[in-house]
Amino acid sequence: MGRTISEKIFSAHVGRDVRAGDIVVSPLDLVFWDDSNRPQACDVFREMNGTRVFDPRKIAAFLDHGANVHNLAIASVHRTMRGFCREQGIALYEAGEGIEHQLIPERGLAGPGDIIVGADSHACTAGAINAFAVGVGSTDLATGLLTGKLWFRVPKTVRFVLDGRPGRGVYSKDIILHLLRLIGAGGAIYEAIEFTGPAIAGLSMESRFVMTNMAVEMGAKTGLMEVDDVTREWLAARVRRPGSEFTSDPDAESAREFKIDVSALEPQVARPHSPANSAPIGEAIGTPIQQAVLGTCTNGRLEDFREAALVLKGRKVSPHVRLFVTPASRTVMQEAMSEGLIDVFLEAGAVIGTPGCGGCTGGSGFAIPGDGVNMISTANRNFRGRTGNNSAFIYLASPATVTASAIEGAIADPRSYL
Amino acid sequence: MLPMILRGNAICFGDDINTDYIIADHYKAASADVNEVAKYVFADYRPEFREQVRPGDVLVAGRNFGCGSAREAAPRVLKASGISCVIAKSFARIFFRNAINIGLPVLECDTSAIKAGDELAVDIETGIVDDFTLPLQVRGLPMPSIMAAILHEGGLVAYLRRHGDLVLPENVARKG
Repeated sequence: MGRTISEKIFSAHVGRDVRAGDIVVSPLDLVFWDDSNRPQACDVFREMNGTRVFDPRKIAAFLDHGANVHNLAIASVHRTMRGFCREQGIALYEAGEGIEHQLIPERGLAGPGDIIVGADSHACTAGAINAFAVGVGSTDLATGLLTGKLWFRVPKTVRFVLDGRPGRGVYSKDIILHLLRLIGAGGAIYEAIEFTGPAIAGLSMESRFVMTNMAVEMGAKTGLMEVDDVTREWLAARVRRPGSEFTSDPDAESAREFKIDVSALEPQVARPHSPANSAPIGEAIGTPIQQAVLGTCTNGRLEDFREAALVLKGRKVSPHVRLFVTPASRTVMQEAMSEGLIDVFLEAGAVIGTPGCGGCTGGSGFAIPGDGVNMISTANRNFRGRTGNNSAFIYLASPATVTASAIEGAIADPRSYL
Repeated sequence: MLPMILRGNAICFGDDINTDYIIADHYKAASADVNEVAKYVFADYRPEFREQVRPGDVLVAGRNFGCGSAREAAPRVLKASGISCVIAKSFARIFFRNAINIGLPVLECDTSAIKAGDELAVDIETGIVDDFTLPLQVRGLPMPSIMAAILHEGGLVAYLRRHGDLVLPENVARKG
């Protein structure tokens, strides 16, 4: 019987053949956390009587959720994290440098075959480069800081085999929203997802991250992709250390397999209050909106900004809409500036935010909607209250759909702008 | 060490209760101290919860409890509110781990018949839940033995302090 990507990555780490269901204690290749957790992992580390972290070269910390530093609590958390990282020799990515899930691949902090834990559920984003990356809480993270290890149950695997090519105005965000509806918000709990097939091969790395980022919205432990030339080219420019590539054997055991042709897919919109509540755009078209958000760890990359600028160029955001734009990293912002994309957004009437998590969570202190506001966002979650107001309504879609909707003041089909 | 049989009344929730509902991000970001954050348990989603909950109450939920964000504040604020354990048809995996790690017992079982206010006894060792009001007995899924060992010692901080390292207990065989 063949093995899945997850089974191979864990087997390579623990030095014996392990299978789905086995409990292992595995060494970790990257341990990271950010400024959003209460308590902080470094506080739990002290409670564990920790004095030195296992290896500062394998640890990173990010000030991204509170990148606007809009209150004293966040300023205090940042101060604690800076002190801890300085004392332990850990690389700290400052407020304004970007979102952890963007910086990890962008700065080459992870490679194929790595096992990564991060104190944020979207840690699974790194699965697009063939790393087994999982979100954990502060206590598990502190255990990683202290011991360099964590226990895992090797997960079963759900495979999505995606065929075809998405049509005009249809992006990886639309694919993942469609898959979410298919499998449900808890459809892959405790399981790993493998995304594979010709449709994945045709996607850029940036588009692939969108899909692995949202694996957790299905309840999955992580989302994984195999390495191909697109991945290798991306990694060659960024990652200095060699990695091991892992593929799934044709006879590997998967819990379930879904074969889907994406060619006929339409742009998708997830309606309030669950990302799995998605539908073809026709079912939401014309819904009035008063706020739009372009950015986040799902769709705040250069490619997303290019797609949004194509729609917005020479046009204005509706006078009834506020469009907030947050680049996923400072590098994305600089590249977007040099390509003239930020000018397109500003001329259209957008507000540009600090690179980071602004506009996604209510704790970011940016782009909080008023009572009764309908907002459309490129983020990954539309839970009630997610963006800081329990009486707002959040719709999720691709950058092209979000910007087309910002122009019209109502949910709009991006295909009429392309 | 935790008592193995927990008795309390049921407080019921539906499916897909996410960690943003349990503790909204804007409350979490407003304080650096989780004990302060605990005042806002379910504050937007079910504002009456904090007044309603009595020490020992059992939170009863449907599928996918604790989905969404990895925030460990979620099980911590539930524990601080007096909830003795959470039983649900299924759990999001990060919440499930976080709860065990901080010493809040969780059990996966069929909760469909249990009603708000029912008098419950949850045996976290055997996984047997008694509803004395209905009456009804359901058997839950045993948790992996590594988790049982962590919970038995009151959480992962206590476990690591005692063992000095993350080691699997002797009785944790290859299958969990």
